[in-house]
Amino acid sequence: MLSRDDDILKIAEDWKKAGHGVALATVVETWGSAPRPTGSHLVINDEGTFLGSVSGGCVEGAVVTEALDVISSGQPKMLEFGVADETAWNVGLSCGGTIRVFVEKVGS
Amino acid sequence: MKAETLAQLNAERAARRPALVVTDMASGEQRLVKAKDIAADELSGELDRHLRMGKSGMVEVNGRKLFITVHAPTAKLVMIGAVHISQALAPMARALDYDVTVVDPRTAFASPERFPDIPLIAEWPDVALPQLNVDPYTAFVALTHDPKIDDPALTHALERKCFYIGALGSRKTHAKRIERLKQQGVSEPALARIHAPIGLAIGAVSPAEIAVAIMAEITATLRMPKDAAAAKVKEPA
Repeated sequence: MLSRDDDILKIAEDWKKAGHGVALATVVETWGSAPRPTGSHLVINDEGTFLGSVSGGCVEGAVVTEALDVISSGQPKMLEFGVADETAWNVGLSCGGTIRVFVEKVGS
Repeated sequence: MKAETLAQLNAERAARRPALVVTDMASGEQRLVKAKDIAADELSGELDRHLRMGKSGMVEVNGRKLFITVHAPTAKLVMIGAVHISQALAPMARALDYDVTVVDPRTAFASPERFPDIPLIAEWPDVALPQLNVDPYTAFVALTHDPKIDDPALTHALERKCFYIGALGSRKTHAKRIERLKQQGVSEPALARIHAPIGLAIGAVSPAEIAVAIMAEITATLRMPKDAAAAKVKEPA
């Protein structure tokens, strides 16, 4: 990964400086055909605005919801998305892979 | 991630210096490792491997799961010489995600018609190169065959510690080049860094094939452990 897309980390820093609560989500493990490689980032602020991508659009909505929790609690979370169960079509990866996403708060 | 860590990481990225973030998946504990600190780090082997491959990933150390996030700058390719080989090399390097620039003071060569969509600088190296921020994440190739253009460019690339420096020309041409550069005070270890004849020995004939050989050699230098890359490119044809 030659990092073309990670100006989002600069935006995370700017959001934080502007007084926003900010969370950083990172793809930490993938199995099967995953749309985005490990290390891909999504940044989320307390208004629910997000930038970047952890799955090419499949699970970002769910990650944003969890990220808002992480912003208020300060506790990091590990999320897993796949097609292993029937709910998968709601927040799953249609490509058949599984990804694990680490969500952490950008602290003060 | 601490706000301070994020600020430091962004400062490294803005300066085009590689950096890695190590996160303990159980505790959330996190630290930033700058490129200059990798060698002395307890995870130096893993950090070096991940950085070289440009790939983030999970490692297990003493039963702890650690995630290594790699932040490597976008590699650049600076070509001296808007020649036929450059016309084949430029789109190839772009496809491999390099930021490509072509420098040639000869305006007949450095024309947009010959290089559609490729940034061109029709200036001598001493004017063109300082503005390009040639750095250790830059691959640098000198392809003009003209010592007036290639020599000062190569000297600049050596000073800026480009990860790959290659020069077109036969062994005989290169021997003469070495003599000239030596007389200008370039050290022997620096001269040994120049890949010449340029490119992996794959029997390349056409400009496009030579471009493949060059791009393969650049890739090997970027991705393989230093010793292995050196062994590979020194293999005789």
